[in-house]
Amino acid sequence: MLTASDLTFAYPRAKDRAVERVSLSVGTGESVALLGPNGSGKTTLLKLLAGALQPSHGVVTLEGRSIRDWSRRDVARRIAFVPQETFAPFDFSVLDIVLMGRFPHLGAFALEGPADLAIAREALAATSTDAFEHRTFSTLSGGEKQRVVIASALAQSPTLMLLDEPTASLDVGHQFDVQVLLGGLNRRGVTMVVSTHDLNFAAALCQHLVLLRNGRVIASGPTSHVLTADNVRALYDVEADVRLHERTGRLTVTPVGRA
Amino acid sequence: MHANRPIRARLLVTLTTFGAVLLGAVIVAPLWGSASISLTRAFNGAIPFADNVDAQIFFIARLPRVVAAALVGAALAAAGAVFQALLRNPLATPDTLGVSSGAALGAMLALTFDLDLRVAGIPSVPVASLAGSLGALCIVYALATARRRGLSTTVLLLAGVTMTAFFSALILFTQYLADFTDTFRTVRWLMGMLDIGGYGPILGVLPVLAVAFGLFATLPRPLDLISLGADAAAARGVDVLRAERAALISASLATGAAVSISGPIAFVGLVVPHLVRLLVGSDHRLVLPASALFGGAFLIGCDVVARTLLAPVEIPVGMVTALIGGPFFLWILIRRT
Repeated sequence: MLTASDLTFAYPRAKDRAVERVSLSVGTGESVALLGPNGSGKTTLLKLLAGALQPSHGVVTLEGRSIRDWSRRDVARRIAFVPQETFAPFDFSVLDIVLMGRFPHLGAFALEGPADLAIAREALAATSTDAFEHRTFSTLSGGEKQRVVIASALAQSPTLMLLDEPTASLDVGHQFDVQVLLGGLNRRGVTMVVSTHDLNFAAALCQHLVLLRNGRVIASGPTSHVLTADNVRALYDVEADVRLHERTGRLTVTPVGRA
Repeated sequence: MHANRPIRARLLVTLTTFGAVLLGAVIVAPLWGSASISLTRAFNGAIPFADNVDAQIFFIARLPRVVAAALVGAALAAAGAVFQALLRNPLATPDTLGVSSGAALGAMLALTFDLDLRVAGIPSVPVASLAGSLGALCIVYALATARRRGLSTTVLLLAGVTMTAFFSALILFTQYLADFTDTFRTVRWLMGMLDIGGYGPILGVLPVLAVAFGLFATLPRPLDLISLGADAAAARGVDVLRAERAALISASLATGAAVSISGPIAFVGLVVPHLVRLLVGSDHRLVLPASALFGGAFLIGCDVVARTLLAPVEIPVGMVTALIGGPFFLWILIRRT
């Protein structure tokens, strides 16, 4: 449903290109992880895929049409973007935040109606945040905030979600909650592209991996093929054991030394 | 009205409540003054206007000042709410961004040197103060976007503070060059005062205020989303660049128009939006109209205090707002750290 071909992007006044000649394809219902060291271009690539940044070269195609030919609102009705961290400078309630997800579905001066409220409540229930819909967003813990922002993205009724390091800065318990939540959404048909530093999280959640280094794709394909000791070394300069975990049956990565 | 009700109901309650407060202030405020007048007599249509002294005092002597307070207060408070949301910073106001002092410098130059800058029926002082507010904004904006992609709010606020000091120095320099009678006049004007002596100065800037408020009406929802992050807002379908520009231009126009009527009146753009948020929450579809309505009522109230506190001596209304606003600013600073 979403393809990128030959994407190149450089930030103004930056020496190096943040993303260089990146091509990838995301099929309906798939979940794809973007892996790579800090500064490898994961976040930039997600923003290019969301249409929030315009590539200097190459094209993003959504449902067969270049994303440039879509209106912003039409893109936002299909693609939701969850940033790594959300800071609210004002005291918005959790429900306020989730209702903002309805923006692309409403006209310029339209107010949210009962149908929008029902969709927002559904999103709150799906992320188990309905218990604190009246709490102030800025007083929540990091894990709770991340779930609320995911609920807000769900309220956009997207078919594709782009998530930027959704488990960064979360403790192990909250990381696991987010992993379970996203896995459930994916099984219910939401296509996902997730950037992450957590290889085990990626292996648990995603069927496909795209490995980025210095803005370029160095490997991509099904997780079982791509998540190898050689590729981990090429990506992070780290020697790692990659093994099937006995209880989960998934690949796990344990770093053992610097390459 | 903070509660769990649909936005439509909250908007209705907010508009009627704050609208009633402003309307009440506009009707009651003209009753204060050296000569006491009767409201029923002033509005008694049976007495011809020429014979109705109460009506003459109400409509000719006192109402222009109250209407000026309402418009200036509304413009500054709404501009403050817009700047705070756009820059994601509760301390952003027309004052802290240098926009007020830019407008004041423009108006000062026009007043001191009797410049003829009339454009499309808008008198010289408003034109000069609009040029000043937009000019100040352009400088501050260019500085804040020069170093990196997007808007750096830290740079914007620091540049604003620096420009305020710089413009203040230019204002002092202008005063130094002016002759003594001019200086007295402009010093009073710089303190912020609403003694405008008729409807003329209001009518002159009404078209500008209309444009500013028309742009404000398009902003609330984009501002809600931008306040959570520009990239996230863009991914939700907000045209961020257009909304940012509309917000900066409309807030600067409103500030420039307000300053041209009354001189710079500090802290209205800070105090009012914060009080309003405590009452209606943070949704800008409520915060913006409520700030405009309550800002008008707030400045009318401050002006009544300014007129009556040391009566018959009038103190500049800018001093009253500063005496309220200074401690309030510090309170916000402490509360947030």
